[in-house]
Amino acid sequence: MTSSDLNWDAIVIGGGHNGLVAAATLAKSGRKVLLLEAGNEVGGAARTEEFAPGFRVSTVAHLLNRLHPDVVKTLELERHGLTVERGDFVPSVALSRDGPLALHGAYGEVLTGASPSEQSAWKDLRAQLLRYAGVLKPFLSRRPPDLGGMSLAEMTGLGQTALALKRLGKEDVRDFLRVLLMNVYDMLDEQLSDDRLKGLLAFDATLGSHLGPRSPTSLLGLYYRLAGEIGGLAGAQIQPKGGMGAVVAAIRAAADRAGVSIRPASPVAKVIVEKGRAVGVVTQGGETLRAKSVVSAINPATTILDLVGPREVDTGFVRKVKNIRMKGDAAKLHLALDRPPQFSGVDAAGHKGRLVVAPSPDHVERAFNPSKYGEFSPEPVMEVTLPSLADPSLAPSGACVLSAVVQYAPYALREGWAAGKARFLKAIMAQLETYAPGIGAAVRHAELLTPADIEARYRMPGGHWHHGELQADQMLMSRPVSGWSGYDTPLEGLFLAGAGSHPGGGISGAPGLNAARRIIAMRG
Amino acid sequence: MNHHPTIKPSADTRTLAQSHFRTLRMGTPFQPRIDALALTNDWYNWAGYRAPHSLWDEELEYFAIRSQAALFDISPMTKYRIEGPDAEAYLDRVTLRDVTKLKPGRVHYTAWCDDEGFVLDDGTLFRLSPTRFRLCSQERHLPWLLDSAIGYQVSVEEETEAVAGLALQGPTSFAILREAGFAGVERLKIFDVAEFAHDDAAVTISRTGFTGDLGYELFVPADKALSLWDRLMAAGELRGIRAIGYTALNRARLEAGLIVANADFIAAEHAIRADRLRMPDEIGLGFMIDPDKGHFNGRRAILEARTKKKLRHVLVGLEIEGNIPAEHAIVYYKKSREVGLVSAAMWSPMAKRNIALASLQRPCGDTIVDDLWVEIYAMRELQYQKLMKKAKVVPRPFIKLDRRTANPPADF
Repeated sequence: MTSSDLNWDAIVIGGGHNGLVAAATLAKSGRKVLLLEAGNEVGGAARTEEFAPGFRVSTVAHLLNRLHPDVVKTLELERHGLTVERGDFVPSVALSRDGPLALHGAYGEVLTGASPSEQSAWKDLRAQLLRYAGVLKPFLSRRPPDLGGMSLAEMTGLGQTALALKRLGKEDVRDFLRVLLMNVYDMLDEQLSDDRLKGLLAFDATLGSHLGPRSPTSLLGLYYRLAGEIGGLAGAQIQPKGGMGAVVAAIRAAADRAGVSIRPASPVAKVIVEKGRAVGVVTQGGETLRAKSVVSAINPATTILDLVGPREVDTGFVRKVKNIRMKGDAAKLHLALDRPPQFSGVDAAGHKGRLVVAPSPDHVERAFNPSKYGEFSPEPVMEVTLPSLADPSLAPSGACVLSAVVQYAPYALREGWAAGKARFLKAIMAQLETYAPGIGAAVRHAELLTPADIEARYRMPGGHWHHGELQADQMLMSRPVSGWSGYDTPLEGLFLAGAGSHPGGGISGAPGLNAARRIIAMRG
Repeated sequence: MNHHPTIKPSADTRTLAQSHFRTLRMGTPFQPRIDALALTNDWYNWAGYRAPHSLWDEELEYFAIRSQAALFDISPMTKYRIEGPDAEAYLDRVTLRDVTKLKPGRVHYTAWCDDEGFVLDDGTLFRLSPTRFRLCSQERHLPWLLDSAIGYQVSVEEETEAVAGLALQGPTSFAILREAGFAGVERLKIFDVAEFAHDDAAVTISRTGFTGDLGYELFVPADKALSLWDRLMAAGELRGIRAIGYTALNRARLEAGLIVANADFIAAEHAIRADRLRMPDEIGLGFMIDPDKGHFNGRRAILEARTKKKLRHVLVGLEIEGNIPAEHAIVYYKKSREVGLVSAAMWSPMAKRNIALASLQRPCGDTIVDDLWVEIYAMRELQYQKLMKKAKVVPRPFIKLDRRTANPPADF
C-alpha cells in the first residue's frame, strides 16, 4: 500500500522544527499524520551541516534559548535525548577594545568586568526586564487574542495576563506600559552607563530585525528574547551538543515514536482546495494526497500565494499576505579555522560562550544606518560562537569552527549580493581581526550566507529567519496577518504552523505546538 | 486681505497634464448638446462630472421615458476594460454571479464584495468577446480590481473618460435605432450586446437599461459622441425623443425596483459606521450568490452569515397607503418599534400606487410583513403634517412592462 491510498488526518507541509512539533503533537493525539519535507533531510533552519571537509556547524540557528517548556514536556524530549543542565548555560561576552564584560548564568545572573555601581544597576534592570517579559510570556503558548470573538478559555487566558499585570503593582504597571513600545537605546540610557553592556543589550534587542536600537519599539525584541527560557531559566542559552541538528533529532525521534510518517525530498506543488476547503496536496512529483487537515509549517506567503494561489482566497487577504514584511537583515558566517582563535582578554569559559561584537549602542545604530538604504554595515555587529570548543566532534582534531550571526546585511542589497558578498566578508573579517588578532591567517574555508543565500537554501523568502519581521505591527493578533492570527486561515482545513505565525521565530516550537493544539481543539 | 499663492502658468507638458484641477466639475463628451438643452440649469455632481438633475421639466422628462424615448447621458458611469485569457476566471472570482455562464454578446447585472462579504458596489458586466469584458459601476474600484488581478493573466484599465455612454429608453427607442440605420438591432434580446458601425468607428449597443422599460445603452469612443447624439436626435425627431436628467430616471428606476449604491445601501468602502455595511442578502442581491461556482470574494463570510443567521437587514419594496411619498421616512412595527428606513419613495404614475424601497431590521420584512407603518413628515407651509401610514411588503419590480422583453421589440 502506498501512502496515497491512506486517508490522512493531517498532512504537515515542511519538516522544519515547527512542522515536526506540530506533526508529533497531532500524532500523539491519535491522528494519522504525514509530514512532507522538500529537502533531503528534516530540520529546516535548525540543522547541523558540513560546510567544509570535516567541519560541521549549526547552519542558521546556532544557540538554543527559547525551546518552549510545553514543547519539551508534550513531546517528552528529554526521553528522546535532549537534556539541558545548568552547567550547559554559556555566558555572553561583550567584546570591546576596553576589555570584555560578561553576563554569566541565565542572562547575567552575575555580571563581571563592570564597575560595582554598574553591577548594581544591572541587577535592578535585569530583574525589571525579566518581570516585564514575564507578563508577555504566557502569550507565547496561546493563540493571540481573537478580537472577533473569544472562547471562554481564551478569555480566561487574557484574565491571567491581567492578573500578572496586577501582581506587578501599580508603579510597575505604569512603567511597564510606559516602556513597552520604547526604543531600547533610550531605555538603556535611563538605567545603565557602561557602553559595553548597553551595546550588548542593544544588539540583542535588534538581533534578527530590521531595526536599530534607536528605532521605536526596538525594546520589544529584548522582551521577546527574555520571554524565552531554556532549562527552566528565562534568558539562559546553550550550545546544543551536536549542534542544532541534535535538537531536531530529538524532536524527530518524538515524531517517529508518535507514528508520524515523514517523507523527505517531497516538495509540495499545490494545496488542493474544494469549495473553500483545503482537502489535500499535490506534490511536485505529481502525487495527490488527501487529508482532513493541511498544516503548513512553511512560510505563510509561500503557502497562500504559491501553494493555495490567490484565486482561492479573497482579495483583501491576498493584499495582507503580500504586505507581510520579510526582508532579512542578518547574514550567517561559518569559518573553518586551523586552530581556535584567541579573543583578547576573554577566558576559556568565555570562548565557549557567545561573543558579541557590539561595543556600544551607537555602534549598533551606525551599523544599522546603511541598511535602510540597501547597503551593508561597513563595521558590522555580530554574535560569535565557537561550537567545536565544547563539542570537538564538529571539527577535525586541533581545528575550530566559528559560527556567527552578522548584521546588518539587507536582503535587497543595492549593489546585489553577487558583487557585495566578498566585500561584506572582508568587512566582517576586519572586525573579527580587531578582537581576535591573527584569526584571518587561520581561515581554511569561509562560508558566508547572505539573506539571498538563506532564502535559496532554506526556502525562507527574503532570507528572513522569523518568516516575517518580528515587530509590533507583525506580532500577536497581527501575525502573520490581522484577522487570521490564530493558526487557521480563510480556507477551512488549512492551518499555518510555522514561525510566520504567532509567537514567531527562534527554535521554540511554539507556533507548531499552538497550531496543533488549535487543530485538536477544533477537532480538525 | 487674503494672500493666495500665485500659480505661475507653465508651458511644460507635465504641468499641462495636471490641469485637471482647473475644471472642478468636468463635462462629458455630450456636454455641448446637453448644455444647449439645459433650460433649468439644474446640475448635480455625478462622480466628478456636471450632470443634469433635469433639463426642462422633470415631470415631462419622466413621461418621455414611459411614452416616448428618453436620452440620458451615462458617460460618468465608471467603466473598466478587462481583457486577457484569464478575464473570465478573474471576474468570476471578483464578482458574485457565475461569469462562466455569461456568454459573449451578453450582459448581466452583478455585484462584488470585500472579504467580509460586504457589498462594494453593484454594476453591469458586458461580455464583449470570450476574453474581453466591460464592467460598469457607480463607484471607482481600480485599486481593488488591480489587487484582485494578482495571479491572473488579465489587464484592467479604466476607460471612463475614453468611452462615452448614452441610455436610450422608452417605447419608441427601438424604432429610433432602426430609423437611425443600426441594421440588425431588432435581433437584440434583453441583455444582448453587439457592435454596430458608427462614423468610421464602432458603437456597442446593448438591450439594457435602468428604467424597466424597453431600452438600450450605447457606448462609443468619446470623439464620436456628438455624431452619435446627433444621429439619434435626428432619427428620433418624429418619435418624441427627449434628453432627460437624473430625477426622471430615478423615478423610472424606482418603479422598476432597482437599487442605487450609496442611496439604497452604503457601499462598503464608503461606510464609516460599522453597522451600515450590507451583505448581498441584506439588499436583495442574495439571488446572485452561487455557492457551487468557483471561489469568489466574500464567499466564506457570506455563507457563514447564512449558516449562523447573522443577516440583520433586508431590503424590501413597500406599498404605502395614501399618495404622499414617504421619502426617508422611518418604518415602525406596530406603530411603535422603529425597524427601518425608506431610502426611495414616490407616487408611481404607472403603478398608481404609493411605492417605496426600505431597509428593515429582520425579522421585519423577512418573516414579519404585517403591521408595518411609515411615519411621513409632510412639510406644509412651515408645518409638518405628521402622517402614520400603513405599509405592506410587496414584490419588486413595482411595474412590469411586457414591451421591455418583447421580441421583436415593438415598432412605434
